[in-house]
Amino acid sequence: MTDTAPLPQMDAPGAAPDATASHWKLMWLRFCQHKLALFSLLIVGLIYLVALLAEFLAPFPPQEANARHVYHPPQGLHFFVNDDNGFRFQPHVTAFRMERDPVSLRTSYVEDEGQIIPVAFFGRSTPYRLWGVIPMDRQLIAPVEAGQRFFIMGTDRLGRDMLSRLIHGTRVSMTLGLAGVGISLVLGLLLGGLSGYYGGRIDWVIQRLIEYILSLPTIPLWMALAAAMPRNWPPTLQYFTITCIVSLVGWTELARVVRGRFLAMRDESFVVAARLDGCSQRRVIFRHMLPSLASHIIASVTLAVPLMIIAETSLSFLGLGLQPPAISWGVLLQEAQNIRSITQAPWLFIPGALVVVAVLSLNFIGDGLRDAADPYSK
Amino acid sequence: MLAFIVRRLLAAIPFMFLVSITVFILIQLPPGDFATSYAASLSAAGEYVDQNTIAELRARYGLNDPLIVQYFRWIGGILMGDFGYSFQWNSPVSELIGERMGLTVLLTFATVIFTWAVALPLGIYAAVHKYSIGDYIFTFIGFIGLAIPNFLLALVMMYFAVVWFGQDVSGLFSPEFRNAPWSWARMVDLGKHLIIPILVLGTASTAGMMRVMRANLLDQLHQPYVVTARAKGLSEARLLTRYPIRIALNPFVSTIGWLLPTLVSGEIITSIILSLPTAGPLLLQALLAQDYYLSGAFLLLLCMMTVVGTLISDILLVLLDPRIRYS
Repeated sequence: MTDTAPLPQMDAPGAAPDATASHWKLMWLRFCQHKLALFSLLIVGLIYLVALLAEFLAPFPPQEANARHVYHPPQGLHFFVNDDNGFRFQPHVTAFRMERDPVSLRTSYVEDEGQIIPVAFFGRSTPYRLWGVIPMDRQLIAPVEAGQRFFIMGTDRLGRDMLSRLIHGTRVSMTLGLAGVGISLVLGLLLGGLSGYYGGRIDWVIQRLIEYILSLPTIPLWMALAAAMPRNWPPTLQYFTITCIVSLVGWTELARVVRGRFLAMRDESFVVAARLDGCSQRRVIFRHMLPSLASHIIASVTLAVPLMIIAETSLSFLGLGLQPPAISWGVLLQEAQNIRSITQAPWLFIPGALVVVAVLSLNFIGDGLRDAADPYSK
Repeated sequence: MLAFIVRRLLAAIPFMFLVSITVFILIQLPPGDFATSYAASLSAAGEYVDQNTIAELRARYGLNDPLIVQYFRWIGGILMGDFGYSFQWNSPVSELIGERMGLTVLLTFATVIFTWAVALPLGIYAAVHKYSIGDYIFTFIGFIGLAIPNFLLALVMMYFAVVWFGQDVSGLFSPEFRNAPWSWARMVDLGKHLIIPILVLGTASTAGMMRVMRANLLDQLHQPYVVTARAKGLSEARLLTRYPIRIALNPFVSTIGWLLPTLVSGEIITSIILSLPTAGPLLLQALLAQDYYLSGAFLLLLCMMTVVGTLISDILLVLLDPRIRYS
């Protein structure tokens, strides 16, 4: 690519962008061409929606243990019943009965044919507060008879409903990723910007710092940092600390992107023009340089979120991150740590599947955004 | 050449110094020192804790000295080969970490070799047959490999090994070899047990490397020199191996610098799950018990490993590319 290359034309038929299409519009059009990224955007949107409405979506309180339903297998949700009263719409799950093997005394659950537990959409539930503020008494799925229990994703070792725990864990894990990126972004912009804008000695020091951090193995360091966190801290403080720890490494990549862009842009004509016009340094940086960086930054941020999610999940899984009663995907996966429980209850893997889906989708979105960040190329 | 290597080695010294300071700060971070955690573990075991004994411990290990003195005592000891004393195990740290670090190094380098052996041909194939079915399949697998955290992959593999083959894949040795002296049979046994950890560890980095190789080679394939060579009638296989692949290998070798930190990280977490007798599980225990000489030694050696890895990759790069050698 040379400076003299003519600006290529956008040739999206139908969407033919006119001369006034904004940068963001062009970016969006380009992003839409990446079908996989678009689909991933939908998935991530749904996951964040689940995180947002956790109290409404989770059928039961996530900490509620049922000693009589330990390792209960998942019950499929059915919509129609066909009995003596004919075929009709009635959402329900099939009831399970606990049986004990007379010889080995092992308990197992068998489907109780004909016995159903009717459920209702938007049914009445025990009153709760959405986001701890708005009082509500309806949930997406609730048992018709109060007090009945159903487990769409089974239960864990203490008989806690996996679905409810998963939904609450989603809130913690997904927001932790975002918060971590927030901190990384501030650090990355600040240090990357300083490095790229001023160059020289500051640049040298910051670059060496980044190289240093990148050359250290992250998990052992995170482990050491997380192990230093007292176990008896309240969950919110733990959450904050873990966020800081995982973002400690995340900022380096952002700083590199920002620096590279700043270096490239410092001598662009519009920046020189702004400087010659007598704009203050602040105005040059915030009014002229940052806006044209924004799209690249968004792409890098999206690619950083999955790293944070994996980091948090790994740490919590090892027992160094969030501690139960807190719920996150990593905490949930702790239940699947030993071979006995996963062969007995493979549904404990479901949080893992969700981690993969979330990370994969975020990666695809990041990829799409990176391609779209420069809508004028190719 | 020799001058370059010497210069590079010298440059690594301040780096290692920084690493040691970082590790020292990290192990000093938890509130209290190991005397307090020793006292706590004693009282948890129901034993009587004598305050005088604790004070004596502090005095004997110089825990009351300023941090800077403690640091130099620690690092000085390490330079002499004395890694300190593990409280949890009641034995010198160097006795505990020897074989475990050896196995970690073995596992990590075996994974590097695996990664290269798989990623190189696949990356070349994907680049030469761009947008073919094979390319899409490898790219897709690559994305999934990148998205699955190591520990999850380890869990899933463990699950399938038990469900399908009825086999417990944890550990690195079969029971009969666990405490046996090194022999040929033990090596073979180790080799068999290494397969799953290597697969677990190598998947993500193989995926990453494959994408690097594919992108590098694609950059080269449309260069005029390739067209010239082809026009002169060079066979396709010879042409590829002679020129573009050699050049595309360059960034490939330099990425070992970032490959090692990731592999070491992954190795720790994987071996904790598969309970491999490597550094991981012991490091975790040491961190949780604040057995700080032990955790410090592990952290230091693991970080050093990546520093050495970067060093090796730099030297390889010089060997591979005459342009770097002579500029």
